[in-house]
Amino acid sequence: MRSWGVVRVLTSLVVLLLLLLPASPRAQDAVQDPPLTLVTSDGRQTVPTTRVDGHELVALDDVRRLFGVTVREDALAGGVTVSYQGRTIVASADRPMASVNGRIVTLPSPVVRDGGRWLVPVEFLSGALAAIYDRRIDFRRDARLILLGNVSIPRVSARIDRSGPPTRASIDITPTAGVTVTHEPGRMLLRIDAAEIDPALPPDGSGLIDAIALGNRPNVVVVVLSPATEGRATVTTVNQTTTRVLIDVAPVATAAVPVGPAATPPRAAPATPPPFPPATAPALSAAAAGLGAGPSRAWQTIAIDAGHGGYDRGVQGPGGLEEGQVTLDVARRLRSLFETRLGLRVLLTRDSDLSLTLDERAAVANNGRASMLLSLHANGSSSRAQAGAEIFYFRPDRESEQLARTSLAGAVSLPTFAGGLRTIDLIPWELAQVRHLDESAVLAGVLREELQRHVPMSRQPLRQAPMRLLSSVNMPAALVEMAYLTNPGQEAQFGSDEFKDAMALALFDAVVRFRAWSEQPRTP
Amino acid sequence: MSDATGNGESNRGWWLLLAGGLALFGVIAWGIAQIGPSDPPAATESDPTAAPATGTDQGGAHIAATLFFGSPDGQALVPLQRDVPLGSSAVEQGQLILTAQLREEAPAPYISVIPPGTTLRAFYVTDRGDAFVDLSREVVDGHPGGSQHELLTVYALVNVITSNLPAARRVQILVDGTEVDTIAGHVDLRRPLASDPSLVRED
Repeated sequence: MRSWGVVRVLTSLVVLLLLLLPASPRAQDAVQDPPLTLVTSDGRQTVPTTRVDGHELVALDDVRRLFGVTVREDALAGGVTVSYQGRTIVASADRPMASVNGRIVTLPSPVVRDGGRWLVPVEFLSGALAAIYDRRIDFRRDARLILLGNVSIPRVSARIDRSGPPTRASIDITPTAGVTVTHEPGRMLLRIDAAEIDPALPPDGSGLIDAIALGNRPNVVVVVLSPATEGRATVTTVNQTTTRVLIDVAPVATAAVPVGPAATPPRAAPATPPPFPPATAPALSAAAAGLGAGPSRAWQTIAIDAGHGGYDRGVQGPGGLEEGQVTLDVARRLRSLFETRLGLRVLLTRDSDLSLTLDERAAVANNGRASMLLSLHANGSSSRAQAGAEIFYFRPDRESEQLARTSLAGAVSLPTFAGGLRTIDLIPWELAQVRHLDESAVLAGVLREELQRHVPMSRQPLRQAPMRLLSSVNMPAALVEMAYLTNPGQEAQFGSDEFKDAMALALFDAVVRFRAWSEQPRTP
Repeated sequence: MSDATGNGESNRGWWLLLAGGLALFGVIAWGIAQIGPSDPPAATESDPTAAPATGTDQGGAHIAATLFFGSPDGQALVPLQRDVPLGSSAVEQGQLILTAQLREEAPAPYISVIPPGTTLRAFYVTDRGDAFVDLSREVVDGHPGGSQHELLTVYALVNVITSNLPAARRVQILVDGTEVDTIAGHVDLRRPLASDPSLVRED
């Protein structure tokens, strides 16, 4: 009996020992990642990976096979050498770094020696191997792609801007690529001119779009429409690097409900329209409107933000002129133009030398239900030579866009005094601008065209950036840096009525053009 | 008695066997512990990837880091290679690179985009790859203002981290240990920012 008891004790120890083994920090995780795909001009190959301590690693044996490098282990030094055409990488086990041609490159996790295998973080390929290789190595983590050489795979990011109806979605293709849009019953197919794409698509649909997903072919995106709806696609060129496809989906009128596949024959996307309304013809045709369908509403109110002020003096010129003074001066001139020439109600975020937070400025425009916001500023630099006007519109980060997509789909129904319910969209304050990005891009483009007619411009006058004020503004909006106050010549210009009047007139002309475009009725 | 003596000897035997089993278990458990990650060994001159104990006691070990300065026209960031002491970890390497970025004078004809006197208070990286750069108050008080210059200031700091530390994918800037809306009233700093290659120009 006693001997049996001791045997049981020893057996328990062995079981405990076996339980400890998987708890070892070196143990490989049970979750298996899908393999990476190496894309070259010759084709595709899979690259298996292993997850160790939460980090994704690739075996150097696979790197040797796929990239044709030489891998040599130095058992005495506890390291491994990867060579290619006389250039070398030296790495040591358990070190999150490698020496690449004598220069240290840090890695996100240590190099691992697992039995007879050497494993390196997948970032080793783009961070270390790329430095000694004779072709470009581009690691796209989200798409799980490794691009080798001059392989162009456009990044295709989609978002649903507005639940509607009509529902509006934007699909950006970077770098630019041709797109063929085909309409089929219940869906639209976007065929991108590339061997394949790097997709960043929303997880869910919203409004009248049930889903945006990859098609059966690696270069096709499918927009799945809700029943009894019709979609319209407009292809635009945002800038030199990005093509944008705007999808507008609206309910089909009862009399026009398609019956069977023949009711919606395939059709090609319309020709690319000009992105901005022309200066000479405020009344635009629907085809040239640029942003497709959407309800138009007559403007009654606009908001003008005189940047800085109060204790926040902003930029100070070498002669003592302050940004808060000149922005208020030009804002008042602009208000006078709008009130006297157009009869518009103008909200100034401040009409005196007052300190306001950026959220308080956004609140003036949002609560006043303005149709547009212009934020006026004067620029500064440590170099006095810099000069010229610049225009900024909002650029969200990917996480904000994702948040906005999910948030914009949310709505609540609230009881009204007259009885019944009223549906209200809930929008996070700091993401309000996301739904107006397209209109803000048009506004910024028109501002650039008008300003360059009247005042000096900087070398790169149009920029998209994560501007704090613009992020919270629930309307088309742009920030204008009118001139460099740190430039003595431009500071002197700000001292003259002629320059400030020219600036106000240029801004006025731009807003008039944008208003004409914005109020243009557009049919889905 | 004889039974009692025999039982006593038998007990001693079993206890010895049990003690031997425990010792064997201890040895195997110690062996397992040795297999796991351990502190890196001390640096040796023969191993180029070995990291010394601190970033300031390098014995001359340096890495080539990419720092960012303003282009002469103030419209872009220009990457320049500079030798920076080798750190013993990614975090220490980040501290050393940031310190170099903050201290380095812009060589002519480039312009400085970091306000003079700005110092690094703290730096750390989360498991998600978000780096936090805590700067002294001078980055706000000494900033000349303007959207473009503020963009260059912010993205010089973001890019210098994301370009040199693969473990960091995004960067959040803090001032005096707390989150701030902006440095000079324009660029949103409430979230970690990814690098902006559109601002970088190779001169």
